[in-house]
Amino acid sequence: MAANAITNTLSMTKIRIRLAMRNKMFLFFSLLMPMIFLFLFVMLWGKGSPEKISYILGGILTLTVMGGFWGLSVQLVTFREQGILRRFRLAPVGAGPILASSILANFLLVVPFVFIEMAVAKYLFHMTQWGNIPVILLLVFIGSSTFSAIGLIVASVTNTMQETQIINQLVWMVFLFLSGATIPLTVFPEWIQRLTMFSPATYLATGFQSATTNRVTLPELATVVTALAIGLIVSFEISRRIFRWEPEEKFPPRAKVWVLAAMIPFFVFGVYEYKNGAMLQRVHDAMDSLDKAQDTGGMHR
Amino acid sequence: MTAIIEVQDLVKSYGAVEAVRGLTFRVDEGEVFGLLGPNGAGKTSTVEILEGMRTADSGRVSVCGLNPQSAGNAFKKQIGAVLQSTALPEKIQVKEALDLFADFYSEHTDTTALLERFQLTEKKNAFYKELSGGQKQRLALAMALVNNPKVVFLDEPTAGLDPQVRREIYGIIEELRRDKKTVLLTTHYIEEAEKLCDRVAIVDHGKIIKMGTPRELKQASAGTTRLEVRLAKPVAEGVLKGLEGVSDVRVVGENYAIYASRAPQAIVALVKYLEAENNELQGMEMYSPSLEDVFIELTGRRLRE
Repeated sequence: MAANAITNTLSMTKIRIRLAMRNKMFLFFSLLMPMIFLFLFVMLWGKGSPEKISYILGGILTLTVMGGFWGLSVQLVTFREQGILRRFRLAPVGAGPILASSILANFLLVVPFVFIEMAVAKYLFHMTQWGNIPVILLLVFIGSSTFSAIGLIVASVTNTMQETQIINQLVWMVFLFLSGATIPLTVFPEWIQRLTMFSPATYLATGFQSATTNRVTLPELATVVTALAIGLIVSFEISRRIFRWEPEEKFPPRAKVWVLAAMIPFFVFGVYEYKNGAMLQRVHDAMDSLDKAQDTGGMHR
Repeated sequence: MTAIIEVQDLVKSYGAVEAVRGLTFRVDEGEVFGLLGPNGAGKTSTVEILEGMRTADSGRVSVCGLNPQSAGNAFKKQIGAVLQSTALPEKIQVKEALDLFADFYSEHTDTTALLERFQLTEKKNAFYKELSGGQKQRLALAMALVNNPKVVFLDEPTAGLDPQVRREIYGIIEELRRDKKTVLLTTHYIEEAEKLCDRVAIVDHGKIIKMGTPRELKQASAGTTRLEVRLAKPVAEGVLKGLEGVSDVRVVGENYAIYASRAPQAIVALVKYLEAENNELQGMEMYSPSLEDVFIELTGRRLRE
């Protein structure tokens, strides 16, 4: 049974990768969009400071990795609305391999994009070091999987593509602007900074920024990976349980609290960080260090 | 004969709509069995319950001795199906799709041979979205047979296809019969049921209103020949029924369907009557008995109304 599930997952992963590579929209949003952001942020904020470029790259990698949240939710809803899932339902394949294959394929597709972005930062914008590559790869795996699984929950609790897009927009805004990936958290009032500790995106962004600037510490890595890994397990299991094959199977409105259930691990970690404040302190330390580097003309120059 | 599909008192409702109202039938091994009825008769609901895609409100169903709802993969390995409404990703290639579904089964047929059999070899690298309706349906049939199933469900397999493609699909279903597959087919095409099915259940408003071989059903029909006539002025059904050679009359839309045991006498009597009444025969068509007659006789409606 387990062997079948693995075989089915791998077969579908192979096809999903091929389908994604044939999809221009996927290539645009996964590769081109983060690259545009990279160019934009470097021009606006990072010019002349290799340290800042490393930091910006951390945010860009976060955007790239989080993209699975949006892409997979839309893909699953499309498959359900077009009646593609119901054809799979006839075959001896369960929801688990269907969901797992989309997560695995997304990870495998994101890895080369991450390396392309790192290479652009290194060779085009003269970033002086590669960062902690093993930690970056670990975060790419755990981050892309977690955000993909959260996207799959959204796909299962929404009844139409329109609903999916609305929820995605709202959640994406939070992930994008209240994580430190695009806007430094230190510009916000302290109460907002503390609130961001409840978002999975903040863990990923701080983790990537530490990894690309080579500042990552074991306690930080442990916190980030544990939070995202628990988030992944909970989100995957919830998305598997509430998976719907048929377009006409509607999800009861009150059951949408499942989305909140997936956030429980981040709520727990948020409460811990809210009281402990270690992660927020690291964010402030990183920004101070960047400012000093700017003042002294760049650490690596 | 061994029953491979058994349905007993099947009931399925969607809110206030009773789609299936106590259906009972059995399909024997190697038989091509047809559910014939208009849209909304409950055919698709019945088939999708048998495929394990929907739950019944009450009643009992069994396919290959298994309960489709609870038997899981053991059941799925026994069946193949062409669904009425389904699709594949737009940019999946024909061979990729077939290979993917083959991978789901521990034992499967050679996909290259399937492509050949369904005349899709030339299209093996084409994207799904590039296929014509007929090619998509041939691919759906190939996918339904990829696991060499015992039972094949075909839900309106030729709906919306042109006559040429329909004939191709008929040929494939004939092949399935020769291969001793058990086939449950739903259709609202009379000629499909007559041509392909060993037995037919005529379904209307969620109930079976007649069941038997096409020959048995046609023999049970009141008349042997159906005359469809259009008159300038309306007449009472009873009057037409009293004419020589006429066994029954039904009003079908604006026409009268006259079932005649002796057609020539009935036509002569009709013309004489119309002359005497200063009425006029505006049109007449003559049909050999068909399942359509049986349906009209039983429901007073055409199948495609």
